[in-house]
Amino acid sequence: MKFLRTLALVAFAAPLASFASGPELHLDKAPVSFENKSLQNGAKLFVNYCLNCHGASYLRYNRLKDIGLSEDQIRDNLMFTADKVGEQMKVALQRDEAKQWFGVAPPDLTVIARARASEFGSGADWLYTYLRSFYQDEKRPTGWNNVVFENVGMPHVLWELQGQQVAHFAEKDDGHGNKTKHFEGFELVKPGKMDKAQFDQNVADLVSFIVWMGEPAQQTRKQIGFFVIAVLSLLAVVSFLLKKAYWKDVH
Amino acid sequence: MTTKSQALLNWIDERFPLTSTYKAHLAEYYAPKNFNFWYFFGSLALLVLVIQIVTGIFLVMHYKPDASLNAAGVPVAFASVEYIMRDVPGGWIIRYMHSTGASAFFIVVYMHMFRGLLYGSYRKPRELVWIFGALIFLCLMAEAFMGYLLPWGQMSFWGAQVIVNLFSAIPLIGPDLSVFIRGDYVVSDATLNRFFSFHVIAVPLVLLGLVAAHLVALHEVGSNNPDGVEIKKKKDANGIPLDGIPFHPYYTVKDIFGVAVFLIVFSAIIFFAPEGGGYFLEFNNFIPADPLKTPPHIAPVWYFTPFYSILRAVTSDFLIVLQAGVAAIWVWALLRAPALGKAIATAVAVIVIPGMFFIDAKFWGVVMMGAGVVVLAFLPWLDQSPVKSIRYKGALTKIAIAIFVVAFVILGYLGVLPPTPGRNLTAQICTVIYFLFFALMPIYSKLDKTKPEPERVTWK
Amino acid sequence: MSDDKNTDNGRRTLVIATAAVGGGAVAGAAVPFLASLSPSERAKAAGAPVEADISKLQPGEMMTVEWRGKPVWILRRTKEQLASLAAVKGEVADPESARSEQPEYCKNTHRSIKDEYLVTIGICTHLGCSPSSKFQPGAESGMGADWKGGFLCPCHGSTFDLAGRVFKNKPAPDNLPIPPHKYLADTKLLIGDDSKGA
Repeated sequence: MKFLRTLALVAFAAPLASFASGPELHLDKAPVSFENKSLQNGAKLFVNYCLNCHGASYLRYNRLKDIGLSEDQIRDNLMFTADKVGEQMKVALQRDEAKQWFGVAPPDLTVIARARASEFGSGADWLYTYLRSFYQDEKRPTGWNNVVFENVGMPHVLWELQGQQVAHFAEKDDGHGNKTKHFEGFELVKPGKMDKAQFDQNVADLVSFIVWMGEPAQQTRKQIGFFVIAVLSLLAVVSFLLKKAYWKDVH
Repeated sequence: MTTKSQALLNWIDERFPLTSTYKAHLAEYYAPKNFNFWYFFGSLALLVLVIQIVTGIFLVMHYKPDASLNAAGVPVAFASVEYIMRDVPGGWIIRYMHSTGASAFFIVVYMHMFRGLLYGSYRKPRELVWIFGALIFLCLMAEAFMGYLLPWGQMSFWGAQVIVNLFSAIPLIGPDLSVFIRGDYVVSDATLNRFFSFHVIAVPLVLLGLVAAHLVALHEVGSNNPDGVEIKKKKDANGIPLDGIPFHPYYTVKDIFGVAVFLIVFSAIIFFAPEGGGYFLEFNNFIPADPLKTPPHIAPVWYFTPFYSILRAVTSDFLIVLQAGVAAIWVWALLRAPALGKAIATAVAVIVIPGMFFIDAKFWGVVMMGAGVVVLAFLPWLDQSPVKSIRYKGALTKIAIAIFVVAFVILGYLGVLPPTPGRNLTAQICTVIYFLFFALMPIYSKLDKTKPEPERVTWK
Repeated sequence: MSDDKNTDNGRRTLVIATAAVGGGAVAGAAVPFLASLSPSERAKAAGAPVEADISKLQPGEMMTVEWRGKPVWILRRTKEQLASLAAVKGEVADPESARSEQPEYCKNTHRSIKDEYLVTIGICTHLGCSPSSKFQPGAESGMGADWKGGFLCPCHGSTFDLAGRVFKNKPAPDNLPIPPHKYLADTKLLIGDDSKGA
């Protein structure tokens, strides 16, 4: 009987079996910063490089006041797709056209940082690694491929800044005779407008903005949290004393 | 009390049993004085129920159950949740309270049920309290499952898809039944709207009714306690149980403290980790539902995973084990059970044992998952021990409960992971343990070496 | 409870302390719920100020723009119509608009920034119907021979003059409200915002 046979086999091995699944994904830790300066730079990069194809349709332009911008600054520098600051950050591109160009309509990015979290790292880590992991690949229609997101439909929109890199892969044997492609590293073949440190810093700012955008209330949330817990702790103390005062005559 | 307010109270009491209800259920409702930590979870469950109802009422004001796409190409339902999170003042707190409340409800209820298991709170005369409780648990699962569809994210959609498709496993009527449940050939706007209706009106009404029944039954028989001693057996000259104290003020003040501690933990999650590490709000659920693309790994929310694991564990080569189990119970029933038990066991065995050759494993997986919940209701009759509380039960029961808890936790853990052959086997072993715990209870609870129950509760 | 043996001073203090902290916590918890009932960012965005181009408006004509879902009337008054305001002064309930709702800069006899242009919310202050315009003076308007022109609310018969002032002994208590507004240019109005600068 198959069941009993497997039982005997696995009974001892089961507790040792690793619970990890799927391909291991190595992600760089994103240096997320909620400083207004970073967020503002991120916002600028976002509207210039992302908003052409991706919407951020749950975020209103006037919410950017939370990151230290005035309505006039928002209107003059960031608002390309709307005419009122109360409007949402809609995409400039038509969905149908986008679908034709990329095969799929580019997803809305408002909560992408929350959606991309996984057991390998936070959504920020994923985005930070992804945006820095494009490499040239002639086999792809866009000419670009990505180490984190294989055969991605999106081209490398930041290539002017980062430059053009190629990826080196090595064949590896997993011990069972299966050959797997193993990523070895990037080589910058044509430098961009920024050096590596500058580019990484700008991507970090962009990712910080995307994280902020995923939940604009997250900083407020934590501030309120401390206060709430302080009040509840006080309640716990007085109610404990009250309980003691009543229970002293229970024998 | 002033004479005027006394007069008002009299006026009311002549028309409505205000004072007598207050006395019967609070001031002169005597609860055992030896409640411990585990006894907080009943009142906490009530608190979470209130939180869920109040937050739910406010969420319904802003949420839209609509699967159609808005101008930005996002489903309206999904966008309306983000609308609550961003545009509605205070909306994010209310939404996080509700989403965290769902998980908190199950944590509290699992602890509450475990308390019942430890101290034999299901035993005579509290069988109905326990059965109402099991029904509440069932209702809660339905409520949580349907509520989970509403944000209309990827996990909402595919979770509903998988669970509704379980019904298609039922022979003959299955495929039509699952279409009937969805109201469409796929999970769609029709499904979303009916789940919304059930989640906000139908199931909560039933739930409230059951909670009322649970409490009425409890107050009829009185609370059990960690010693499993019936406090009503020893009364003083005034008819007041010697080991009882009035619920109010003693347990009201104690429960206020319990509530405060619970709320600290609850708030810590809401304000600092509302996603609960991806267990309370799953990451993939921040992607709008896409009927054309299944996420690489779908798992139910953590509170369903033990039962989900049981479902997955039932594969065709596992059916033989189930057949053997049913046969064993049948034989035992023929030898030992009363006439009614014999008849029921025979009927079940005659249908199930050959049935497993004809109907595929998917169906039996569903049956076992359902049985995993339903079997709880039979605890009052499965436990044959002369004592109620774990304190006076012997090593056999203690070991059985320990193994059961470990198996249950492993099932829960496996349920969030993608299946592999090794995990599947582990789940099968744990499934067997889960059911053996109940099936063998009449035997080991009788064989167990118990200590004598004390006359009075032990205290400090 | 007035149960003496259960109420010593220590307990009483702690009951008060717990009730105070607990009450505070409940009140605090109520804040997001009450806040959620007020207009959302979407409602505020939809209720943002609106611009109105009044360059084509001829004397004696009225145009309506929608602001926060309400009709805002822009009436370009003729010389005669402006003159009528003084004539009815004795018949209106609140001639100086002392108790009516308008920005400070419109608290004058013609109730407007520029004499000619009346900007008012066309919602009767009685129970919220929108009055109809009866600009024609005299008996032809159906309002009686001494009618000088104004508005009539169809619901309960309140009448208003051409500055939105309510006539005496009518159901409506106050003059029609004037929304905050400003001129962006000579013939361009912004309704809903009267802030200086920008």
